Amino acid sequence: MVGVSEMNTGRGSGPSAEQLRYARILDYAMRAGLAVLVASFAVYVAGVLPAQVPFEALPRLWVLPAGEYLRESGMPTGWAWLAMLDRGDVLLFSGVAILAGASLPCLFALVPAYAARKDWAYLGITFALIGVLLLAASGVFGSP
Amino acid sequence: MNNNKPEFILGLACCAGAVVAASCPSLALAAGGPDPAAAWWVWPLAVFFVCFVLGMIAVPAGIGGGVLFVPIVSGFFPFHLDFVRGTGLLVALASALAAGPGLLRSGLADLRLGLPLTLLASAAAIVGALVGLALPVAIVETALGVTILCIAALMWRAKKSAYPGVARPDALGAALRMSGIYHDHAFARDIGWQAQRTPLGLLLFTGIGVLAGVFGLGAGWANVPVLNLVMGVPLKLSAGTSGFILSIVDSAAAWVYINKGALLAVIAVPSVIGMMLGAFIGARLLRVMKTSVIRNLVIAILLLAGVRALTKGLGWWA
Repeated sequence: MVGVSEMNTGRGSGPSAEQLRYARILDYAMRAGLAVLVASFAVYVAGVLPAQVPFEALPRLWVLPAGEYLRESGMPTGWAWLAMLDRGDVLLFSGVAILAGASLPCLFALVPAYAARKDWAYLGITFALIGVLLLAASGVFGSP
Repeated sequence: MNNNKPEFILGLACCAGAVVAASCPSLALAAGGPDPAAAWWVWPLAVFFVCFVLGMIAVPAGIGGGVLFVPIVSGFFPFHLDFVRGTGLLVALASALAAGPGLLRSGLADLRLGLPLTLLASAAAIVGALVGLALPVAIVETALGVTILCIAALMWRAKKSAYPGVARPDALGAALRMSGIYHDHAFARDIGWQAQRTPLGLLLFTGIGVLAGVFGLGAGWANVPVLNLVMGVPLKLSAGTSGFILSIVDSAAAWVYINKGALLAVIAVPSVIGMMLGAFIGARLLRVMKTSVIRNLVIAILLLAGVRALTKGLGWWA
């Protein structure tokens, strides 16, 4: 074990201010995502909205590879689901998207802190990470 | 009997989960063969119960749920592997997001340590997801079986070091100031730490990201040993920072699966809810159960699931 007195970490005890801000935003985003996920699932199973894929067709479709499933079901790819939110099963994607995108606002919140401190290495890492997540979320890789 | 009550309850829950999983095919067949239109709800309900049990085990075992979810559900449920992997990532992501804020606030996850590792692992996870979705299922299933068996062996053999001594940080770790102090509540004292072998750690996290993307596994099983044994980070901080890393890496890979349509919400949502409810119970069991019992149980489950995935991939047990 390395004792505190034996090393100079250059950092105080306890999480940094930007880490606490990151945690606070992540908490909000996670709660929002879960709430939307559960609420939209309740809407879906209660049949409040019509489903793009009828319940009884599911066992025939979920054994197929994703590409074939999309062709058979007419489900959207990429961000096309945003135009089909009147479908119960498509509405479920809203909660999934909030959860999958929860880290992005947290990372954006780090930018001012690192910029103010002139911590160029971590500013660059944060921008690169934002870029990677935006690229993944963009649907560039969305053609099945 | 009283002393063994938590183990008894968990054993009972595992048996119930196994019975539910094992009885699903017979229920489906009884409902009219392999395409039982009337029984569509049986499978989401079964996956909910199985995930509930997995969630109970995952927390005390110190692993994410994804590593148990993917081999078990792909081995014993009718869903195509594409949907199982997409759901596995979402399950691991939801667990990491639920734990993330608390770990960051308490200082048991370190942003400065995690960000550089997360960057490479996230980019690699996207590549892994694309490769995994492009490969034939039999190859992915076989590789998954081998990987799961290796994870079981790793869990069996791997040592842990609560407070690894790092005499000097490496140049890159020092330049990135990957060091700090966290408060260990168990011992009521501040613990100083600093990272070593940062370039090797970055390389290993790149490989971990690829595996997470290819197989849809949360990668806590690999993150913690690399942080702890390779980079010399204290065990508690390794486990906490691993959760933070997963919350970003799994989302990068999950986006690829979502955009490619490899996510079936009717499977994913019950899985996430079941796993989180189970984890809620598991966090309480953690206080009263012997971790060695849980660890052995997880290794046994991984061996079973690994053999199943391997034999399924090789076409020996369809």
